Amino acid sequence: MLNYGIFFLILVGIYGVLVLGLNLQWGYAGMFNIGVGAFFAVGAYASAIVTTPLTSEHLGGFGLPFWVGFLMAVAAAGSIAFLIGLITLRLRSDYLAIATIGIAEIISQILRNEGWLTNGVRGITRIPRPFRGWIPGQDTLLYLGLVLLILLVVYWASERAYRSPWGRVLRAIREDEPATMAAGKSVLKFRLQAFVLGSMIMGLAGALYAHFVTFISPEAFQPEFATFIVWVMLIAGGSGNNRGALLGALVIWGVWSGSELLTNRLPAQWTTRVGPLRILLIGILLQVILLTRSQGLLPERPPKPILFASGGRRQDISRNRDPAG
Amino acid sequence: MTSLFQLLIYGLVLGSIYALGAIGVSLTFGILRFANFAHGDLMTLGAYFGLSFVSLGWPIGVSLIPAALATVLCAVIIDQLIYRRLRREAPVILLISSFGTALILRSLVQILWGPNNQVYRSGIQLPWRFWGLRLKPDWAVILLGTALLVVALHLFLQRTRVGKGMRAMADNFDLAKVTGIDTESIVLWTWAIGAILACAAGMFLGMDTRLHPTMGWRLLLPIFAAAILGGIGRPYGAIAGGLVIGVAEELSTLVINPAYKTGVAFAILVLMLIVRPTGLFGGRA
Repeated sequence: MLNYGIFFLILVGIYGVLVLGLNLQWGYAGMFNIGVGAFFAVGAYASAIVTTPLTSEHLGGFGLPFWVGFLMAVAAAGSIAFLIGLITLRLRSDYLAIATIGIAEIISQILRNEGWLTNGVRGITRIPRPFRGWIPGQDTLLYLGLVLLILLVVYWASERAYRSPWGRVLRAIREDEPATMAAGKSVLKFRLQAFVLGSMIMGLAGALYAHFVTFISPEAFQPEFATFIVWVMLIAGGSGNNRGALLGALVIWGVWSGSELLTNRLPAQWTTRVGPLRILLIGILLQVILLTRSQGLLPERPPKPILFASGGRRQDISRNRDPAG
Repeated sequence: MTSLFQLLIYGLVLGSIYALGAIGVSLTFGILRFANFAHGDLMTLGAYFGLSFVSLGWPIGVSLIPAALATVLCAVIIDQLIYRRLRREAPVILLISSFGTALILRSLVQILWGPNNQVYRSGIQLPWRFWGLRLKPDWAVILLGTALLVVALHLFLQRTRVGKGMRAMADNFDLAKVTGIDTESIVLWTWAIGAILACAAGMFLGMDTRLHPTMGWRLLLPIFAAAILGGIGRPYGAIAGGLVIGVAEELSTLVINPAYKTGVAFAILVLMLIVRPTGLFGGRA
């Protein structure tokens, strides 16, 4: 039971990092990325390639320490996002969404077909788990510590970014692009920064995932689990709100894991249908949230606007609005 | 040279399937103002409805009719249950919702018909041979069926009151509304037309290759590329766009690994959106 709890929290933590990355792109800047799974996969593969022991099955096998793998994951996801962003970020949000479907499909085909790089559908095995053997039998607990530490750092940095002038510009672009442009901001530059940063965070989540499960193949990055569920987490939690994003990761992963307990009670002839049934449940949950509470559990709360010290005018307004005064 | 013609002909077959899907996407994008990400999975659903009637022993051509009706019914139910309540929201909320609908439809298909590959008809069809070309009889059925549906659509859009209303709404929504067009009934008709064509496209795709729960989702990118190439809200443009994307994808296999065909549709889409976002025939940006 304790083991199950640690397992559960590690996955919530990894999804939490992923949702924070998406929140930076969608919640802050309004960029619709349906290729979350692609950046997640790029991070996982990049870290796996540099940290696995010597092999002839795929590129790499350099046996480097895990933190080098994490850096590689961030760098690989970031540079791919930069190239993609340069050509697609001029597009309107719905067109960007369509373009990112294409990117995800192309990257998933590369993972399947370029055997020299990724070992194709057979995947990469023997990805080292950090801290193995430090305290015998407790390496998952130590790994949970690492996941939570990274989650905290990403959360803290995201919160800082949200309240910074940079975050304010991103929200301005989201709300009114022409006005932001008229204020002299380079919309494309800010979008590109947010897109690359968000994708780097997704790549980091990919590395955390790869070193946790120690075996990855293209099957692990199906859009249902790597993209769709991340979106549901963000929408359910409240896009634009980092705490909401984390709450969404916890609640939706809880619902997802809980649904397994339910589907386990189904008769045996249903076993092949259990997976789609759980996805159906999450899909319906998303529609219910959109119909009843489209702001999410914790709606976005932007910092209070800075009012200039022209006290008289503010008092006038408050006097007019206050029926008792 | 023969291989070039061979690819060209198959490109037209594939392009017809794209065109039928793209018309629906283009109409919903033009009239309801949102990119419907569930359209590919509506095609899948239509193809599987077809399978149910084919397995009763009905010919494929006959099965298309009840399958199309069932697909229309599903599309209308989804609209009334979900999209109608979201029409006042930003288009992007509808887009997210349609993404959810896509997953719901796909998992329903998996639950009802199973996750494995299926075919309408087992056994190998002997190809016709002309001047070294190998042509499957099914391709003739697909090309002919598409031509018939397109002519029917043309007559519907040009001759009927509803068709004219649809074109008016795609051209100028507000103007159409003040002219007294009943927009809610036009919306239902749009779903019906889109669903009929989606079902046909799904069944044609199933005839050409096989049925699989993700068959429609994988077509979403070329279909959107075709709709944007032809100009959003322009059904005739969508047909041309579908054929162009289909032929371009097939011809590209002369030089690149066929697994990366999607990259061609993606490249055309992005290039088009940057160079000429209104499409070849001047739709809306």
